[in-house]
Amino acid sequence: MADTMQAGDGQTRRDFIYLAAAAMGGVGAATALWPFIHSLNPAADTLALASIEVDLAPIATGQAIKAMWRGKPVFIRNRTPEEIDQARKVPMAELIDPQADQDRVKAGKENWLILVGVCTHLGCIPLGTSSGEPRGDYGGWFCPCHGSHYDTAGRIRKGPAPLNLHVPEYAFISDTRVKVG
Amino acid sequence: MAHAPQSNFQNPVVNWIDQRLPVFSMISKEYGVFPTPRNFNYLWNFGAIAMVVLVTMILSGVVLAMHYTNNTALAFDSVERIMRDVNWGWMIRYIHANGASMFFIAVYIHIFRGLYYGSYKTPRELVWIFGVVILLLMMGTAFMGYVLPWGQMSFWGATVITNLFSAIPVVGEHIVTLLWGGFSVDNPTLNRFFALHFLLPFVLIAVVFLHVSAFHMTGSNNPLGIEPKGPQDTLPFHPYYTTKDLFGIMLFLIVFAAFVFFAPNYLGHPDNYIPADPLVTPAHIVPEWYFLPFYAILRSITFSITLPFTDVVLIPAKLGGVIGMFGSIAILFVLPWLDTSPVRSSRFRPIFRWWVLLWLVPAFLVLGYVGGKPAEQPFVLLGQIATVMYFVFFLALPIIGRIEKPLPLPTSIAKPVLGGGSVATGATAQVMEKA
Repeated sequence: MADTMQAGDGQTRRDFIYLAAAAMGGVGAATALWPFIHSLNPAADTLALASIEVDLAPIATGQAIKAMWRGKPVFIRNRTPEEIDQARKVPMAELIDPQADQDRVKAGKENWLILVGVCTHLGCIPLGTSSGEPRGDYGGWFCPCHGSHYDTAGRIRKGPAPLNLHVPEYAFISDTRVKVG
Repeated sequence: MAHAPQSNFQNPVVNWIDQRLPVFSMISKEYGVFPTPRNFNYLWNFGAIAMVVLVTMILSGVVLAMHYTNNTALAFDSVERIMRDVNWGWMIRYIHANGASMFFIAVYIHIFRGLYYGSYKTPRELVWIFGVVILLLMMGTAFMGYVLPWGQMSFWGATVITNLFSAIPVVGEHIVTLLWGGFSVDNPTLNRFFALHFLLPFVLIAVVFLHVSAFHMTGSNNPLGIEPKGPQDTLPFHPYYTTKDLFGIMLFLIVFAAFVFFAPNYLGHPDNYIPADPLVTPAHIVPEWYFLPFYAILRSITFSITLPFTDVVLIPAKLGGVIGMFGSIAILFVLPWLDTSPVRSSRFRPIFRWWVLLWLVPAFLVLGYVGGKPAEQPFVLLGQIATVMYFVFFLALPIIGRIEKPLPLPTSIAKPVLGGGSVATGATAQVMEKA
């Protein structure tokens, strides 16, 4: 080391030690900080409540329900054939966040549309699930907060929301039971 | 002990303490004999008024915290218990709830005064910057405080505002989860908001201390915007301005009390008396009135910015709104450097004066109006025009500084105040003299 560091070029072993100590201290401080930051992330019990089962039998064609999943609503809609048709007729070029209706439902269960009921703009709950609520210009959902319109596949069609309503992970346990999450 | 400070207080106990820790000397220097320009108008009261409101908020808040329960199942009822069962609880809560509004009224007037009289200009840039930090801390504290009663507006306001961070590219969703401590605004969120709502006012006190310390180094600005030239231009802070501030504080407290006792819910939203329900969004989410102008800017960006001639989205509408909203405050930090005119007070700036009064003030008021309206036409367009006006105000300042011909400045503060006849020097170039 001593050979490689010439006296007089302004660099000394002491400078090196200062830098190394400061770098080590910085890494140590950042490491010590992590548990405190990570403690603010979802805790184990919060993560444990991650899935629900829903009975679909009471939902007639054309009706929809809201279920509570991870502290937010899930929309489960039993679509009419016209609604499915309407969603599938739309050309991809017209969509803000292009995705085919087929990719948003399970094959053979096309009538069941299951969505996280949270507007992708700023997190409001769009209206249109209960009968009598406005369903927007495209027959799906309408978010009253900032005026986003979703279609019968839950895709964003008009308004400030950037993305389609999210499709959660789900699986059919039987013909009338679904597990979300 | 070679430099033991000399203290000359009559009271021997005070003297004894002061020689060891010169707090009394400091108080006397900064609030007793502190030389203050003699020509303050009533707009200069609002710093002291804001300070009084801050103290009121901390005192009422500490008592409320002793009765409040920080849990989503109990929070709403614990606030109702404060209102109905706790001795004087209704009054303490109404003081605290309306105090937030009073704080913003005082601070917005205080900021307007700084803007109109050029108090942000050299050498007071740091005073101004600390002031903007105070505004940001106030906004954070007020927002989190509004969440605590866990009503519908609390919950949905928190949902909308925390979701703003999801607009940040790549890490946005992770940041939101980190803020929530879960998959939605829920009990962990309420807990941390309460902790921060309790902590931030003390941080606020520390920054207020820096704000005040900084202008005690430079001295206060004044309505003429020229520096005092000697003792004839100033008055000792006590008793002249202690009295004047106290008078203003009393008038302000009358207004404050009128709200607390006669219209305690006028500035609030009735939906916040409905317990929070994660499954039902209120038809019309509005923030508290003091956030409306910024909320309007957020909602005005309804379009994505794409790479020219392509469909590649550079800034999605949502991110654009967030940038606009935070940008509207961030631009205040650079105001001292955007305004290039050496003349401080609007009294001597024929263009800037009307630029503030007829351009910025209407834009801000229109934004406040639009922020409280639903997101539909014509309000969206109105909001967009006002948003553009708001930013153009700041961006045009370098040009105004260049083309404006300031009026002649008085030679001293004492002359126009004491009626010394012709006050103008006629020389527009002689500006910003050093005291």
